[in-house]
Amino acid sequence: MIFDDEPVPGYPLPILAGHSSPGRLERVLRAGVFTVTTELDPPDSADPEEVYRRARVFDGYVDGINATDGSGANCHMSSLAVCALLTRIGYAPVMQISCRDKNRIAIQGDILGGAAMGVCNILCLSGDGVQSGDHPQAKPVFDLDALSLLQIARMLRDEKHFQSGRKLTYAPRVFLGAAENPFAPPFEWRADRLAKKVAAGAQFIQTQYCFDVPMMREFMKRARDLGLLEKVFVLAGVGPLKSAKSAQWMRAHVAGTHIPDSLIQRLAGAQDQAKEGRRLCIDLIHELREVPGISGVHVMAYRQEESVAEVIERSGVLGGRVPWFPQRDQQPQLERFS
Amino acid sequence: MIALRKWSVRHARGLETTYKVLERVFVALDPLWRLLGYRRIEAPVAAVERVVKGFLFDCQMCGQCALSGTGMSCPMNCPKNLRNGPCGGVRANGHCEVRPEMPCVWVLAFEGSRRMRDGQVAIRLVQPPVDRRLQGRSSWLAVARERAEASRG
Repeated sequence: MIFDDEPVPGYPLPILAGHSSPGRLERVLRAGVFTVTTELDPPDSADPEEVYRRARVFDGYVDGINATDGSGANCHMSSLAVCALLTRIGYAPVMQISCRDKNRIAIQGDILGGAAMGVCNILCLSGDGVQSGDHPQAKPVFDLDALSLLQIARMLRDEKHFQSGRKLTYAPRVFLGAAENPFAPPFEWRADRLAKKVAAGAQFIQTQYCFDVPMMREFMKRARDLGLLEKVFVLAGVGPLKSAKSAQWMRAHVAGTHIPDSLIQRLAGAQDQAKEGRRLCIDLIHELREVPGISGVHVMAYRQEESVAEVIERSGVLGGRVPWFPQRDQQPQLERFS
Repeated sequence: MIALRKWSVRHARGLETTYKVLERVFVALDPLWRLLGYRRIEAPVAAVERVVKGFLFDCQMCGQCALSGTGMSCPMNCPKNLRNGPCGGVRANGHCEVRPEMPCVWVLAFEGSRRMRDGQVAIRLVQPPVDRRLQGRSSWLAVARERAEASRG
């Protein structure tokens, strides 16, 4: 899909009626096509080229790239900086903000700064605890929680003032997102929690890894009963598992991941486990696409980011659509993965 | 103490009623509080509140009590101070991501809210950002004063 009003890369799109942001991600979601987002692993480096190299592997396959904010409580280049680099050349990053490391003074400043640098999408997170990362001796901040962060971000955008009441001269035009984990207890309350996030301002949701489609279906059914699906776009989290062993490790060590035994057995029985992992991911994408209310997938392929293109290509969910990337519109013949 | 916290959640209904009575008493005593001076009685009331709520809920004296909306499980015991529901890291056994030996305060909160009369509505309301200035102050007096002032108009 090529927008009629396609700007010069690095410049915002015009904001359409009923839209909150001048961004591509909101446009694609509101156009109602199956949307794909992914996650960039921010470098342990001050070299901008490393960020661009990591973004390029997704070219032509994703509508948005999440810039993680110290994910797993590990130290990396900041999400604000990764986003600023990406927007310079036209990418549509999703700036993740975690409440773990910054108080409301820093966070509100980052929202304004990010928007000024062309960030159109913000994902509001509570954040992993510091004990899970490489700096367990750090002070956890948690001045806000994900919901009060959403409230404050919406206040900046819609009411054009800080939490203190002090006016902004120009509000950040941002599309607001949040995360949800339908696979962690208390299960029966997860859709109600989603309702709270929507009430606080969430316009899109990216879920934790989904390896259990029946559970997701149950969650979405409940979300539909609560009338949430008209108000929020849900992108289901997926990702290729490298091997049965790494699946077991994830289940034990990555907070909030639920992987049924049957999937681990399927991987363990395969000759090429990594390949089977990608095949499994494609199967999950196909199943999730059929779940009413799912608007797309959020592909998390930590340390195997190059597999995102293959998984999306083989899944066929883009239906021939080529998401924007730098130079897309200069190439008459697109090389596609085969 | 976690055992007492769990007891409070199991008895959320009774505590809810007790709280409502206590609140009415506190509001009714507003003329007395005003006579004594809200500022003068702040410290002794806060001290009593700290002991009582510390015993029952491991209260952290945030000064803006949300217990009626959190199933009588104090959300400030969440290592992330989450006041609007559980994070995505809750373990399969319902325990905390950060402190594996502790049950998630929000798993307890939902359990407690189910036993309460108004708990299920209250738990669905979005709690505003915490005002950190109120740390250590009496929430009981603040509520009494606010309600009394509202009814006086």
